[in-house]
Amino acid sequence: MDRRIFGLETEFGLNYVPSDGRRLTPEDAARHLFRPIVAWGRSSNVFLENGSRLYLDVGSHPEYATAECDQLLQLIAHDRAGEALMLDLVDQAEDQLMEEGHEGKIFMFKNNVDSAGNSYGCHENYLIPRKIEFKRLADMLIPFLVTRQLLCGAGNLVQVGEETKFVFSQRADHMWEGVSSATTRSRPIINTRDEPHADAEYHRRLHVIVGDSTMSETTQLLKIGATDLVLRLIESGEIYHDLRLENPIRSIRQISHDFTGQTVVRLMGGDEPTALQIQWVLLDSVKQFIAKHGAHHDRVEQIIELWERVLNAIEAQNFSAIDKDIDWAIKRKLLLGYAQKNSLELSSHRLAQLNLTYHDIDPSRGLFHLLRKRGLATSVVSDAQIRDAIFNPPETTRAVVRSKFIKAARATGRRYSADWVHMKYEEGQGGVVLCKDPFATQNDQVDELIEIMSKPV
Amino acid sequence: MTQESFSARRQSETQDAAEQIQVNTTGQSAGVDDLLDEIDSVLESNAEEFVRGFVQKGGQ
Repeated sequence: MDRRIFGLETEFGLNYVPSDGRRLTPEDAARHLFRPIVAWGRSSNVFLENGSRLYLDVGSHPEYATAECDQLLQLIAHDRAGEALMLDLVDQAEDQLMEEGHEGKIFMFKNNVDSAGNSYGCHENYLIPRKIEFKRLADMLIPFLVTRQLLCGAGNLVQVGEETKFVFSQRADHMWEGVSSATTRSRPIINTRDEPHADAEYHRRLHVIVGDSTMSETTQLLKIGATDLVLRLIESGEIYHDLRLENPIRSIRQISHDFTGQTVVRLMGGDEPTALQIQWVLLDSVKQFIAKHGAHHDRVEQIIELWERVLNAIEAQNFSAIDKDIDWAIKRKLLLGYAQKNSLELSSHRLAQLNLTYHDIDPSRGLFHLLRKRGLATSVVSDAQIRDAIFNPPETTRAVVRSKFIKAARATGRRYSADWVHMKYEEGQGGVVLCKDPFATQNDQVDELIEIMSKPV
Repeated sequence: MTQESFSARRQSETQDAAEQIQVNTTGQSAGVDDLLDEIDSVLESNAEEFVRGFVQKGGQ
């Protein structure tokens, strides 16, 4: 598809650190955090005026799902807007707790693991054509996703036997299957829950749950941009390499733990390429495809350049060319630099703290944000674009309709409900409008509903 | 959420912080070394307790 709907769902880690010795459970902290949301929308599961969804998910994780986007920078701005919204809830909750006599700080992390080995995710959604044979798509996509951590892992410290190692990915050690419908019991790389939130005759949802949460906007551009390019290649049906893996789950862990990229991956056909070679094959195929059909948006060149630069850096084992752009490389430089300066082992508690605090979303103390402010991590969207995305929907998708409906309904004070496809007026006539086209920015029936709501009952 | 319910506290803080950083960076190089020097003043003091205390229920 040349024009595709994307969405990102991020679960955040939450911790309350008291300075008066009085603890709060994560559930209590989450409840305090969502108090302004419940006051605003009478629920801890709401759609906001920027078209996004904000809710408390499994395990009391605050979760932000971006509105449907159809451009990469738009998606990145909306994902970052989610962080800004969470940060604002943190401020309000800390103030509220202080009034109630609790002194402490709330920490919110955009990462995927806690200290006890629990994992929570960052889920990617891609709209794909219904006519694509899903098994063939999964066969081609899984080798890409298993090796994609080289491009966009968030980096992590893990204990392997006696040794503490820095590895590519946070999520790799928490994946258990290739494709399935599970999410928590046994996590697959691709989840088959097919909720297109669109006309199911023509579209289906590809739900990728293997990815690490991303701090760096540049890494995010590569993560989503490269995946979209590989999907475009698969959808065309033109180029096919049989890269089916014999054991994707064994491979994803081995690859994460090997910084050389030279991990041998056994394919079902018997070949044994390295993780890097698989990435090169896919990059070359994508480049051939673009040479023939042209770029489908204005960031393609940047994505290809970045993709190639990362693979070259890993091959040369010289990460200086990517240590401002790719999360694992940015973090690795910081952790190793700190360890060396202070003569610390990677197993020290301080290094574990740096590994965690890299993901703190607070710009005044989160280590990624401190690096960014010093020009040591690159950006692709401006603060103004992020700020705009806090209050306004992506301008080119159905989110415009949802946003308009929610804003209008709230202005009248009438009871309403909204989700990805339904806009419902709960009082009087008019009922519910089904908005099945995620690309449509205008819906006459919703306009009529707004008209009805604005009149006296 | 609406513009009204989005609290203003953070906005003024981040602007101050941004100005502060600009002042800092106009002088000497503001590389990783500078940050490594400053990191200890930013981090919570008890590293072990801070990391161990961060336990979630599993998510998706």
